[in-house]
Amino acid sequence: MPLRTEPVTVNIGPQHPSTHGVFRMRVTFDGEVVLDVEPVFGYLHRGSEKLAEERTYTQVITLTDRLDYVASMTSNQAYVLACEQLGDIQTPERGRYLRVIAAELQRVASHLMATGFLLNDLGAFATPLMYCFREREKVLDLFEMLCGARITMTYLRVGGVFQDAPEEFWPALKRFVAEMPHYIDEYEQLLSENEILLARTRGVGVLGTGEALNCSVTGPVLRSTGFAWDLRKVDPYEVYDRLEFEVPVGEHGDNYDRYKVRILEMRQSVRILEQCLAQVPSGPVRAEVPQLYRPPPGEAYGRVESPKGELGFYLVSDGGIAPYRCKVRSPSFINLTVLRDLLVGWKLADMIVTFGSIDVNMGEVDR
Amino acid sequence: MRPFLLEENALFRGLYCWLGANEGNRGFCTPEGEALARDGLLPLGWEWLAYGAAGLALVLLLVNAFLVLVMLYTYMERRVMARFQARLGPNRVGRFGLLQPVADAIKLLTKEDVAPTGADRWVFNLAPIVMFVPVLLVLAVLPFGRGSFLADLNVGVLYVVAVTTVTTLAVFMAGFASGNRYAMFGAMRAVAQLISYEIPVVLSIVGVLLLARSLSLVEIVEAQRVPFVVVQPLAFFIFLAGSSAELNRTPFDLLEAESEIVAGYHIEYSGMKFGMLFLAEFAAVLTTSGVMATLFLKGWEGPLLPSHLWFLIKVFGLAFLFIWIRATLPRLRIDQVMGFAWKFLLPLSLVNVFVTAAEALAWDWETMTPQQVWAMGGINLLVGMVGVVLFSHLVRRPAPRRAARARAAATAEEGV
Amino acid sequence: MYGLGILNGMLVTMKNLVRRPFTVRYPEERLPQHPRFRGQEFVWYVERCTGCASCAKYCPLGIIRIVTHPGGADLPEGDSYAVDVFDIDLGRCMFCGLCVEACPYDALFMGSGFEEAQYERGKLVLTVDRLKEAEKRPSTWFRPQLESRGYSPFRDPPLPWELAGREGWRYHLPQRPGSGSEAGPPDARREEAG
Repeated sequence: MPLRTEPVTVNIGPQHPSTHGVFRMRVTFDGEVVLDVEPVFGYLHRGSEKLAEERTYTQVITLTDRLDYVASMTSNQAYVLACEQLGDIQTPERGRYLRVIAAELQRVASHLMATGFLLNDLGAFATPLMYCFREREKVLDLFEMLCGARITMTYLRVGGVFQDAPEEFWPALKRFVAEMPHYIDEYEQLLSENEILLARTRGVGVLGTGEALNCSVTGPVLRSTGFAWDLRKVDPYEVYDRLEFEVPVGEHGDNYDRYKVRILEMRQSVRILEQCLAQVPSGPVRAEVPQLYRPPPGEAYGRVESPKGELGFYLVSDGGIAPYRCKVRSPSFINLTVLRDLLVGWKLADMIVTFGSIDVNMGEVDR
Repeated sequence: MRPFLLEENALFRGLYCWLGANEGNRGFCTPEGEALARDGLLPLGWEWLAYGAAGLALVLLLVNAFLVLVMLYTYMERRVMARFQARLGPNRVGRFGLLQPVADAIKLLTKEDVAPTGADRWVFNLAPIVMFVPVLLVLAVLPFGRGSFLADLNVGVLYVVAVTTVTTLAVFMAGFASGNRYAMFGAMRAVAQLISYEIPVVLSIVGVLLLARSLSLVEIVEAQRVPFVVVQPLAFFIFLAGSSAELNRTPFDLLEAESEIVAGYHIEYSGMKFGMLFLAEFAAVLTTSGVMATLFLKGWEGPLLPSHLWFLIKVFGLAFLFIWIRATLPRLRIDQVMGFAWKFLLPLSLVNVFVTAAEALAWDWETMTPQQVWAMGGINLLVGMVGVVLFSHLVRRPAPRRAARARAAATAEEGV
Repeated sequence: MYGLGILNGMLVTMKNLVRRPFTVRYPEERLPQHPRFRGQEFVWYVERCTGCASCAKYCPLGIIRIVTHPGGADLPEGDSYAVDVFDIDLGRCMFCGLCVEACPYDALFMGSGFEEAQYERGKLVLTVDRLKEAEKRPSTWFRPQLESRGYSPFRDPPLPWELAGREGWRYHLPQRPGSGSEAGPPDARREEAG
């Protein structure tokens, strides 16, 4: 008598240790093999875009902090760039450098978190996560020096940053830049050659360049497929055209390449920080912008390379003190479009790892 | 067959004679030829009760001492794990947080005991007990020190293997009776994984048995001129890997893979039932370390220090090794776990058995010179390393990556 | 390859076992905080406040409630209002500090503490009396005059209202922190001094 089997439908999430927030996947399994995935989101929807229409341009910065709460500096940056395009404001040099420093520190912090949680998804009992958090803590200490907060910074303002860095920030940053490569070496020693990690991530969740481009995937997920698309290079904003760095790309677009690209990007970020330390000029950090900013009517799209991909803010102004419309192009949300294709046919354990390696942030997905 | 420890034990003897001494067992209770000072409390013909009561008292003592050790071990695991992760670990309750296990036990005891509606109540409630009892049963044959053991079974190793296998059943019961799909996944993985790893573990013991020519754990310890880990490195490695799979610890903790199936088979357990499942897991680490110390590390034997202390040092040293592995490694996937057992550990253990058998034919373990012993260890180490290198090619599967690359290239052509 | 990567990784964890842990026993030991830390317990100087309610207007959540009545005209700067109600609902506050940025008279400062946990939501509301009586340990966030003086709320004694303001600061001057030389880069400032 043949054994009768039937597919099982399981809800992974919204409360699940490795859905990175409140993501939910309704998954149909055949044994351990994924037959179908239906992503369900919106559990963290706060209506940020609508709320932005009720707030002044400065107040909206606090909303952008809460989109991608592990990388709020870059969220601030994208929004502020859009605002500056609206009013055609020139940011002072020192302000731009401070922004770049903040953004690159944030990239390191965000990638550390992505790497740590990817390993947690892989089942390493929180050890790499703790190491990553130890270094992330150093970045957060630097942020505390810059702006008094560690997660939701509200550091950037239209026309610059709110205040210059304190004097003790510069030696601390120097120390961080000197130490960080050693820590990255330590992660690589712990992880990059680990046979179990290789077995679990190589060739799993493979994304092709064409597929990725069709779904307008950006960020490390796109670069891991071998396509060197980095807004800091292709559409330089702030002072990135003056800084030397490489865009690390993967080869196969699998989970391992996504992990590796993030590690390499951290190294590049440290390199950028080094150059910023040498180049940062003196002068004001903030342009003369009234606190109640009133840009002329028009529209603008500001975009930055956030740690997760291209983060864009589309703003429409009607000449008032609040944006008429604010649209967020959030990389986490758009990167999720490839999720189903990546997961079907793989096993339950691969599903979790692949989802973790895309590195989404639910605050940004649901907005 | 040796006499049971019971009959040599002063405590047992005192209790038994106090309760049930009479003319019939005068020889046991007094030095040869002397008259009994007085009869036991129990009337004539009730010696069996005295025997049982005295034996139970001993067992109670042993089990409780073991449970205290397990508590200590849970504390150690959490503290050492924390230090591996550059954290502090529990440090609040009592000095250095030493009373943390007590606090945990009190917390678990006061929590509500929930059983899900869809659960099979009988099986659900029985599973923690079935999980816990085999771990305690192993203690019956484990020699803790020179002359300290409850029983010296002549099939001791077989008994240990048979008893620990019951855990599989308990995990399956817990997972299947919970009526939860995550628990089902855990139970299915448990059956596949635990049964698969039983085979290489048993085969790795065969190498030891071939040298010791006995199944009794005490005789195995006494047969170790050098610790068997020196002459059986491959068997030690297989036993370590296989038993960490049977203890479902990383990299083989698929049964309760936290990031995948949340808690696996014990997802629906709460209160002290959860506590018992957890305690059984930690206790199993200690008993497995004890078995490993007995089989490979010369058990209680060691210079200077008392034999019981040596045994404890070896057990906790092995437990530290387990913690170290757990703190470092990520988890394997289910097919890789199965492949590791069947394609890697099983052939390796067979190689080990054949090589050891040939050596046991060529040399007599009892009368070997030290040079021959070291030569044997060297040969086995070499065979082990060659085997690991050879068979690791079987486990590696480069195919998916190549296929993935082809697929990526195809999509790139049509997409760009 | 052949498990060597795993052994290498185990070396790393062993190295970290002997390293000092990076967490601390919190209430007994504390990690150092920067004076700019935006904490709870807002510091408010009633003497400096004119009741203009700029802070209430700039709060993105509207959690500051101010009720005033006309006070005396005795301040050299002009009229002022006496503040009857000054409620800050910390339960909804997100500590963005825009209110502090908005205050034109340096009357409102971010606090430096972070241990304001309460059992009831209502107790999280800072009332005018609580603000008046609270210990004044202002954060140096957006207050360059404190920063250039080297004030630290964690080390130094509480700050009286006379010392909290900006030297040579006339309200409504266009000079804002970050825009002028007072907050210039460290090297520039040193050049000026030398």
